[in-house]
Amino acid sequence: MNSIIELIPRLGCWLLLAPLLPGIINKVKAWVAGRRGPPVLQLYYDLARLWRKGVVVSTLASPAFVILPAVAWVALLGAAMLVPLGPAGACLSFRGDALLMVYLLALGRFCTAWAALETGSAFEGMGAVREVSYAVLAEAAMVAAVLSLSVQTGSISLATMLAPSVGASAALLAAGLFIVLLAENCRVPFDDPNTHLELTMIHEVMVLDHSGPPLAAILHGAALKLLLFSVVLTQAVLPLTQLSPPAATGLLAGSVLLVTVGVGLVESLLARFALRRVPLLLTTAFLLCLFALLVAWKGGMP
Amino acid sequence: MNSNLNLLIGLAMGLNLVALGSSRLPTLIRAMSAQGVMLGVMPLLMDHEPDWRVALVALATIAGKGLVIPSLLRRAMRTVQIDRELDPLIGFVPSMLLGAGGAIAALALTHLLPLLPEHAGLLLVPGALATMLTGFILLIGRTKAISQVCGYLILENGIYLFGLLLIKAMPLMVEAGVLLDVTVGVFIIGIIVDRIQRAFDSLDTRKLTALRE
Repeated sequence: MNSIIELIPRLGCWLLLAPLLPGIINKVKAWVAGRRGPPVLQLYYDLARLWRKGVVVSTLASPAFVILPAVAWVALLGAAMLVPLGPAGACLSFRGDALLMVYLLALGRFCTAWAALETGSAFEGMGAVREVSYAVLAEAAMVAAVLSLSVQTGSISLATMLAPSVGASAALLAAGLFIVLLAENCRVPFDDPNTHLELTMIHEVMVLDHSGPPLAAILHGAALKLLLFSVVLTQAVLPLTQLSPPAATGLLAGSVLLVTVGVGLVESLLARFALRRVPLLLTTAFLLCLFALLVAWKGGMP
Repeated sequence: MNSNLNLLIGLAMGLNLVALGSSRLPTLIRAMSAQGVMLGVMPLLMDHEPDWRVALVALATIAGKGLVIPSLLRRAMRTVQIDRELDPLIGFVPSMLLGAGGAIAALALTHLLPLLPEHAGLLLVPGALATMLTGFILLIGRTKAISQVCGYLILENGIYLFGLLLIKAMPLMVEAGVLLDVTVGVFIIGIIVDRIQRAFDSLDTRKLTALRE
């Protein structure tokens, strides 16, 4: 009973705070471009509007078309539940939950890609292919980052793994994980979330035929993933455990905000990369995480 | 002291990967010259008692590799109006992976070498091996003459890094002589590149393989 009461605020924190992040990114982009931009809470309004709408299903699609976005959302929420929120701790924690997190993220992507293929449109198939082919490279970097954290602390539980790393390793991990964050969330150098130009879309093209509540689940899941990655990035780099709980909470919130603003700035200042240059950037992220692993393994020095 | 030196060598190894991954020649030249400057600073960090000759060679290295050689290369690049490596023989991603694999192998295998105990904690040997490998990959894998020159200079950086192990035993005259040779070499190559461009309308060194009357 007690654990359920403790669970609810954390779950609420994930569910309610996640849609704030895309709003902040859009606000930063508008601010850099000198526009007023949509309100920060825009995604909440969008989700509420989508929730009330009906669903349009293609005659080709099987029932999986409606179910899969929900499965993807649950998988992403499950992954988020494993990540500790600073001093508040995680909803669930056990030995090896880092591996489960990686697999749940992969499951979420698999379901989104499958749902895109359900529509039978060649266009969405192309988006799914691109998403998955980027993911192959981004996942390698993610796995290297998880490995380096686990080698550093000698544990495979996220609660103890996300301890502060030091010096060169922290810098390498921060850079590598930031690139992974941009790739996994389809942000600018990899994909432009605003574009509706057919040949360049990746994530947007996969969700083009979804409508109503399934689309709301997809949008909320994407926001959840962004929050998850920024929380993981922050905790892998900053020494939160050594601070008092209020200070740590403040630092966590502040640095997640900073990461979000950083994403917004990258999006405003950088052009989208050509498709063939993307593997190079993702390989760079992989190598950054790999060298962090190397530094962790050698213990700072051979 | 050692940790500062290791940090610098680590940064130089990072610049190796930048050099391997960049398709733009200005980035390649900048990575190479930044690496040269780092290498020039290293003897100052290593030396236990201040010595004016070491400081002089360090200063000459920084000036030569940081200013003179890059400006010569940039001028050559401007005259032939080329700033990109378009079709390398070894692609950018494979060459980066090769360089990283080489760096990891160098780090993992160094302890097999019979090193002096005072060098055991330093990254000098793996850094030198990784940098030399980077130079080789650039020399083999790129087709434009200017990239190959950069590869040669990175190779020389690696050898210099190796030479730092012997800084007490090797006469500084040798270092100064090598630096002078490299500078003059780059100076001459700057002129030759212009000639190649005029004769072949391209800097692709693959066109230089066939002899004819």
